[in-house]
Amino acid sequence: MSSITTNNKLNVLAEPPLIAGNQTFASVTNIISNIVEGKTEFRWYIAFGISSAMATGLLALVGYLIWEGTGVWGITNPVGWGWAIVNFVFWVGIGHAGTLISAILFLLRQKWRTSINRFAEAMTLFAVVCALMFPTIHVGRIWLLYWFAPLPNQMGMWPNFRSPLMWDFFAVGTYFAVSIMFWFLGLIPDLATIRDRAVTRVRKVIYGILALGWRGGNRQWKHYEVAYLILAGISTPLVLSVHSIVSSDFATSILPGWHTTIFPPYFVAGAIFSGFAMVMTLAIIARIVYPVKNFITINHLEKMAKIILLTGMMVGYAYAVEFFIAWYSGNTYEKFAFFRRAFGPYAWAYWIMVSCNVIVPQLFWFRKIRRNILMLFLLSIFVNIGMWFERFVIIITTLSADFLPSSWDYYHPTWVDVGTLIGSFGLFLTLFLLFLRFFPMIAMSEVKAVLPQADPHYNHKLTGNSAVASTGGDA
Amino acid sequence: MSDKQGKILGIVAQFNGVSELLAAAEKIRLKGFTRWDCHSPFVIHGMDKAMGEKRSHLGWIVGACALLGGGGILALQGWTSVSAYPHIISGKALFSYQAFFPITFAVTILSAAAATLFGFLAMIGLHFNHPLFESELFTKFSDDGFLVSIEAGDPLFDPVKTEEFLRSIGCGASELLESHE
Repeated sequence: MSSITTNNKLNVLAEPPLIAGNQTFASVTNIISNIVEGKTEFRWYIAFGISSAMATGLLALVGYLIWEGTGVWGITNPVGWGWAIVNFVFWVGIGHAGTLISAILFLLRQKWRTSINRFAEAMTLFAVVCALMFPTIHVGRIWLLYWFAPLPNQMGMWPNFRSPLMWDFFAVGTYFAVSIMFWFLGLIPDLATIRDRAVTRVRKVIYGILALGWRGGNRQWKHYEVAYLILAGISTPLVLSVHSIVSSDFATSILPGWHTTIFPPYFVAGAIFSGFAMVMTLAIIARIVYPVKNFITINHLEKMAKIILLTGMMVGYAYAVEFFIAWYSGNTYEKFAFFRRAFGPYAWAYWIMVSCNVIVPQLFWFRKIRRNILMLFLLSIFVNIGMWFERFVIIITTLSADFLPSSWDYYHPTWVDVGTLIGSFGLFLTLFLLFLRFFPMIAMSEVKAVLPQADPHYNHKLTGNSAVASTGGDA
Repeated sequence: MSDKQGKILGIVAQFNGVSELLAAAEKIRLKGFTRWDCHSPFVIHGMDKAMGEKRSHLGWIVGACALLGGGGILALQGWTSVSAYPHIISGKALFSYQAFFPITFAVTILSAAAATLFGFLAMIGLHFNHPLFESELFTKFSDDGFLVSIEAGDPLFDPVKTEEFLRSIGCGASELLESHE
């Protein structure tokens, strides 16, 4: 009898259930699979039409760029890295939240990740696709891109492996490859679910091939679990290294404002910050459009808001330390570069960045705001904007005023620059919409494993204490 | 080929939930069956112990491939920079291992990840036409079914007795798998 009273006391202290609405295994399957199997909704076509039109525009602009050369962009001397590199760093950063959720939160046994990991990982993939595009087209003569690869050639030349450009090629390429493998491994059991429910021959064959003969036997699960653990284990240092290496593109140069040791951790924190903001934006839209409110509950969004608050303050700290070190170093050029950042011709961009990344996220200290969908959505958009401006500030302010005052210039993007950025969002959204339509957007097998019924001792608890059965929460 | 009734390939039996499947697995193992499996919509903790399964060896394959990939790319960087195409760049030594680290690290991870995915696929085997897929009952495993399958190839297998045994340990529905044609 005393154990029942203890159980009751423990239940009062217990966290709210991860998945709301008293789901059963079958209801999880039905709700998530129906999104894939049902008729394509009209609004999906509208969204897809708009985003694929934007992506087509991107294709046209890239064609124009290749035909005419990089002069169609606003890049000049001294600003040789314009919006293309700003966009590159922005998109790589976006990707980081997906890997953080799938790998680091997995190792930390954060079970709430199961609701959001699938589409956060998809977001990573598509963001990295956009990211990889920018340096690719930025090289100018993209038909010579294979020079990156260490291939024997008739000139007897080999790539310079000491160059951060090569580091980038390997780091971001590896990131993309590992992310797609991790994502696919997680998809296998869910693809099997769609295969087993398929009513049409075409669907059965396509998902049957994709599911690779998955039978959910423990003799398969035991390898699956180890494979998942290894991928999570190796993705953890990978995700921390990718943006560190991207930051080395800057930090290994000798330009004032770039040549600092804080860059790797500062970039990684910023990446996670911006990535979570993007996951938040997408999750809120997904909650409105699809019946997944019970899976991505307000508790999930609140946890993400806390991570945004934390990483936002790391970013704010990095901004402050940069200024401190510039002053403390006594280096005239460093001091000038940072003074000019905050009070020079690009001060408008700098203060947009500080407002969006440091000041606005402070609102997440308030529980009411962390649990208000509209505020979460608005603040996540602010962070997205702020983080784009961060990269703009880092790249443009430093380059526009180099060591030779006679070559200083103010940077202006051209319409091609603007169109390419908009087009990259089109590409990202097109891929994301295709994912939502054809793949289970929530990892069913993982969500089922965190339901109370999945606990082998569930029946004992049920007979010991009936309160457990009715812990369906508010959405 | 077989006669008109079809050759019996095995049996599939459904259990109620996670704890029932775990208990059944324990009993099937103790009975001495060897060619059988427990199918569930998600991984069940404690099932390896109940079934007497050993830990997966995947980690060793991955470790070996990671070392091979990382060592290989370090050797390639060293060879191209020192011997095949030696150039002094930004005053660095020809074999500047510090500058080779990022790529060595990335390729080590890439080799490990590829070994994980392909090693996993090799270990589970790609059986697109597995006899279990013929069973109506079996497809429930990917929804909310907790099932046991015992192959006819198991020395202890007998169509009638095995089914009786499974009923005695609490299975609900069961289905004998027969080959068609």
